Amino acid sequence: MNIQDTIVALASPAGAGAIAVIRVSGTDAINICTPLFKSIHDKNLAKQKTHTIHLGHIIDGERVIDQVLVSLFRGSNSYTGEPTVEISCHGSSYIQQEIIQLLLRSGCRAAQPGEFTLRSFINGKMDLSQAEAVADLIASDNEASHQIAMQQMRGGFSNEIAALRKELLDFASLIELELDFAEEDVEFADRTQFKELVARIMKVLKRLIDSFATGNVIKNGIPVAIVGEPNVGKSTLLNALLNEDRAIVSDIAGTTRDTIEDELSIGGIGFRFIDTAGIRETTDTIEGLGIKKTFEKIKQAQVVVYLFDASLIQNSEFRIQKPSLPAASLPGGENYSSVLFEIEKIKNQFPLKPLVVIANKVDQLDSAEILNLKSQIPNIHLLSAKENMGVDELKSKLLDFVNTGALRNDETIVTNSRHYDALLKALEEIEKVQYGLETGLTGDLMAIDIREALYHFGEITGQVTNDELLGNIFSQFCIGK
Amino acid sequence: MSLFRDTYDVIVVGAGHAGCEAAAAAANLGSKTLLITMNLQTIAQMSCNPAMGGIAKGQIVREIDALGGYSGIVSDETAIQFKMLNKSKGPAMWSPRVQSDRMRFAETWRLKLEGTKNLDFYQEMVSSLIVEGDEVVGVRTSLGIEVRARSVVLTNGTFLNGLIHIGEKQFGGGRAGERAATGITEQLLDFGFDSGRMKTGTPPRVDGRSLDFSKMVVQPGDEVPEKFSYSDSTKPLTQQRDCHMSYTSPEVHDLLREGFDRSPMFNGRIQSTGPRYCPSIEDKINRFADKDRHQLFVEPEGWDTVEYYINGFSTSLPEDVQFKALSSVAGFENVKFFRPGYAIEYDYFPPTQLRHTLETKLVSGLYFAGQINGTTGYEEAASQGLMAGINAHLKVHEKDPFMLQRDEAYIGVLIDDLITKGTEEPYRMFTSRAEYRTLLRQDNADERLTPRSNSIGLASDERLKRMEIKYEEADKLVKYFEDTSILPEEVNDLLEERGSSPMRQSDKMIKVFSRPQINLEDIKKFDKVAAYIDEHKLDKDVLEQAEIRVKYAGYIAKEKANADKLQRLENIKIPENFDYSKLKSLSYEAREKLSKIKPATISQASRVSGVSPSDISVMLVYMGR
Repeated sequence: MNIQDTIVALASPAGAGAIAVIRVSGTDAINICTPLFKSIHDKNLAKQKTHTIHLGHIIDGERVIDQVLVSLFRGSNSYTGEPTVEISCHGSSYIQQEIIQLLLRSGCRAAQPGEFTLRSFINGKMDLSQAEAVADLIASDNEASHQIAMQQMRGGFSNEIAALRKELLDFASLIELELDFAEEDVEFADRTQFKELVARIMKVLKRLIDSFATGNVIKNGIPVAIVGEPNVGKSTLLNALLNEDRAIVSDIAGTTRDTIEDELSIGGIGFRFIDTAGIRETTDTIEGLGIKKTFEKIKQAQVVVYLFDASLIQNSEFRIQKPSLPAASLPGGENYSSVLFEIEKIKNQFPLKPLVVIANKVDQLDSAEILNLKSQIPNIHLLSAKENMGVDELKSKLLDFVNTGALRNDETIVTNSRHYDALLKALEEIEKVQYGLETGLTGDLMAIDIREALYHFGEITGQVTNDELLGNIFSQFCIGK
Repeated sequence: MSLFRDTYDVIVVGAGHAGCEAAAAAANLGSKTLLITMNLQTIAQMSCNPAMGGIAKGQIVREIDALGGYSGIVSDETAIQFKMLNKSKGPAMWSPRVQSDRMRFAETWRLKLEGTKNLDFYQEMVSSLIVEGDEVVGVRTSLGIEVRARSVVLTNGTFLNGLIHIGEKQFGGGRAGERAATGITEQLLDFGFDSGRMKTGTPPRVDGRSLDFSKMVVQPGDEVPEKFSYSDSTKPLTQQRDCHMSYTSPEVHDLLREGFDRSPMFNGRIQSTGPRYCPSIEDKINRFADKDRHQLFVEPEGWDTVEYYINGFSTSLPEDVQFKALSSVAGFENVKFFRPGYAIEYDYFPPTQLRHTLETKLVSGLYFAGQINGTTGYEEAASQGLMAGINAHLKVHEKDPFMLQRDEAYIGVLIDDLITKGTEEPYRMFTSRAEYRTLLRQDNADERLTPRSNSIGLASDERLKRMEIKYEEADKLVKYFEDTSILPEEVNDLLEERGSSPMRQSDKMIKVFSRPQINLEDIKKFDKVAAYIDEHKLDKDVLEQAEIRVKYAGYIAKEKANADKLQRLENIKIPENFDYSKLKSLSYEAREKLSKIKPATISQASRVSGVSPSDISVMLVYMGR
C-alpha cells in the first residue's frame, strides 16, 4: 500500500447541499493546492501557518470554479496526521466534481473508501478500536448511535473491558502461581473467591453482549411496521411524526401494494417505518399477495403499529360482536369485529412483538364515542394525525420500547461486531472456567480456558503476555527458594 | 607456534552445563571439537543447588535427553532422590526433579565427555577471540596460544569479570575459590556488542554432623521413583536420601536485619539485577516484611558427604551475620559452616544480539550459550549449549540450521524469548512462559524431538526405535479401548463407587475411561484389559501415554489448533531491512524495539515486549493483509 502519495475525496455527504468539503491529504497536499487557490488577499497558500482559514477562489488556469474557504493543516496535527487542505466549496455536485477533477489532474489520487481514517490509524492518530468507531461515526445518522460511536472513540467501552481483564489477569496469576510454584510456601486464594469473580465477569460480559443487540438496532434504526387498511391515515401519521410532508401520500385506497420504508429520528433513536398494505381478508388476488407481504414485514419489524380509522366505525356497532366471527369487511368502512379480529391475528402470529393499536381521526368522535372506543379496545392509543393529537404520546411510547438500560448515556454499549464476537468468545471461555471450577478441573487445564478468555479481551483492549502474568506474580508473592 | 595439530570445527569455551552439552553435541555429530576450560577439575560443577529438574526445568532435561544430550543420563546416574512434582495436576504440569550427588555429577560428566569421539580437552583461560572480517576463526589463551577453529561457542557462565560479594568484602572470582575470566567482554564491546551486569547468589554450605534433623520436617523422595532419560541405559533409583525442611522465624529475621547496613544489596555496592524468583533471604524479609517465616530446605550434597546445601538461604550478608542468623533456625543451633553464602556479579550480553541458532548477529560463527545470555539454571544453560553445539556443527558443515518452535519444545520457548524479548533479570523457565504447555509435556519430549534430532544425526536410531514402539503400542491400546465393548454389569459397580452415572447399555470402553472419575488403575482392573497389557508386555510409559491420549485429547487438540493459528503469522515474513520509523502509528517503543530486534516474522514481532496487538494490526495493514 502506498501511503506516500496525496489523496483527495469529498469529505461531506455525496449529493447537493449548502456547502461541501473536499479534503486533500498527503505530503504534497499544500503544494498541490497552492497554485489552484487564488486568495482574495493575494496570499500564497504555501506560506501560510497551520490551522488557518483563507477565503479565495479555486481557479483552473484563468477559469474561476468557485469561491471557497480553505483550511490549512501542516505537519502531523491534522485528522490524518499528514499535511491536509480542506476546501469548503458550494454544495452543487457540479462544483464538487469540477474541483475534485482539477485536483486529480494536479497530482492527487482519489482516496479509497475509509482511506483518510486508515491513514489516521497508520499515523498513530487513533487506535484500532477508535478507527472502527470513526467508521461507525461516519455511518451513523442519528443522535444515539453518534453518541455510542463518540463514547467508543473516547475509550469508554474498552476501559470497562480493561478493568475486567485486569481482574481476570489477577485470577490467572493465582492459577499460574499454583502451577509454577507448587513447591513454594505460598497461600493460594480460595476457589470460592474465584467463583464469585467468574460470576461477576460473566454478568458484565452478558450485559455487554446484550447491549450489542440494542447497539446494532440503534445503528441501523428500529424497524416499525405500520399495519392498517388503505386510507386510514398511515401516511398522514408518518407526516405528523416527521413534522413535514415527506412520506408518500396516496389518495387512492389499496394502491400501496408494495412496502415503503421511511426513516426518522425520534428522541435521537432511528426508526424505520415500514408501510404495509394491511391484512384485511380479501378476494382480490393482488391484495392477497399484499397481505402475505405484510406478514413478512411484520416478522422483520421489532414494533408493530396497528392503525384504523375510528371515524368510520358506526355508532350502531359500538355494542356488539365478538372477534371470533371473521366477519367480512364492509368495503370502505371499519367495524369492531374486523378491527379486533385483525388485532387478535397479529397477536397470535407475533405474541412477543410490542404492538401499539391506534385509533386515528379521533377528532371526529365525541366524548361518548371515545369512551366506548376505550372500553371496546384495551390500551387503545387515540390519535389525530391531522390535528397533531396524540403524536407526541406515540413518540414517547415508541421510545419506551427501546429505552432499555443500555441506552442510557452513562452505560457502555457494544456496537462493533468484532468486539461482539470477542466478547462472545470470552464468555464461552469464562463459562468453561466456571465449569472447571465446579468440577474441580486441575489448574493447568483451567488455565488454557483463562488464557483464551484473556486473549479475547486482549483483542479489544490490547495485549496480554505471559510476562505480564509473571510480573504480576512476582510483585505480589514471595516466591523462590 | 601451536600445541594443536589442526583447525577445529568447534571450540567450546567453558565446561559448565552449557559447555559440556555443546561439546558433546558437536563432537557426537562429527565435528572436531575442543573443550577449553580454566580448570579441567571443575567440569560440570553444580555451582549452586545440588539438583536437576523441577517445574518446567524437568521438562527441559527430558527434552535435552530426547534430543540426545547427556544431562538426563548424568542426572539419572548421580541422583540421590527423585520426585515427580505437581503430580496432583494435569500431565502438562508433572515435573521430574532429582537431588544430585554433586561430586559424582561432575565426575560422571567428565567421564562421559572423555568417552566421546572427536572431543579434545585443554585447560587454559581464553582471553580473546580471533576474528577475521566479521568471522570468528579461533581463540587466544592467556598464555598467548592461538587455536584455530571454524566456530566458537562461548559458555562463560558467571566468570566474565565475576565479582564476589560477602558483606562489605568483594573480590574477583568466577565461583567460590576460582578466579574470574577477563578480556573477552572488553573485546566483544570493541566489536560493537552491548553488555550488562547480572547478579546471582548462593546460600551457605554447612556440616550435616552439626545439624539436629529431629527438629526438621523430613522430605522423602517418591515411593516409586522415575527417571529422566528415555533411553534404557539408566534405571530408576532403588534407594534414596531424604531432604529436610526447617523455617526461619521473626528472631532470625531480626538478626539478619542487623546486618542490612553492611549488605551489598542494600548499601548500593551491587547495582545489577538479580532474579525475582530466586531472591536472597535478605531480599525476602525486606520485600515481604509481613511474612514471619520462610521455608529452608536442607539438601544433602551427595550419597556419602556430610556437606549440606541450605536452599532458601541465599545471601550476601556478612559471614558473621549469616552465621548468627542461621544458628537461630530450628535444628541449626550448633551449625558449623563449610562456607558462607555469597552474591556474584558477572557480565552478560543481552541475548537480543543473537539469532535463533544462538549465533551472534555481529560475528559469524560465534555462538553464546548459558548465563552469558542472561539466563539462570543448569537446565536452561545445558539446553542452550546443546542447541549452540548442534548449530555450530551444522553451520560449519554447511547444513540447514536446527531450530525448535514454541509449540515444539520449552527449548524453543526459551530461545525465542531470549532473542525476541531479551531479559532484564536472570531468565528462568516457567511453564507459564509457554503458550502451549499441554503440548510440551515431560512424557512426550521423545515424540516431539527425537525424530527431529535423529534426522540431523544426533539422537540414535535406537532412541528413535524405542520412541516409535512406545507410541505405536500406546496408539494400539487406545484403539483397543475404542474397539472393546463393556457391559453395564461389568462396570456399574465401579461407576457408582466413583459417583459417576451408571451405564444403561453396553458401550465402548473408551467412553468409560474418558470419564473424569475413572483412571488408569480402574481400567487395569478389568480382566480383559489386564490380559491385553500382559500379552503385549506394556510398560508404565505406554499405559501412561494411552491414558493421556484418552483423557486429555480435547485440550491437546485445542492447543494444537491454537498453535496452528499462530503458525499463520509465522508465515508472514518481514523484509530484513524493514524501516519501522516510517510507520508513525507504531508506538515509539514498538518502533524502537522492532528496529533493534528485527524480527523475522509477524509472529515473532508480536512477541517483542512493548509491541501491542494494535502495533501488529498496523504491520498487517501495512503489509497488505
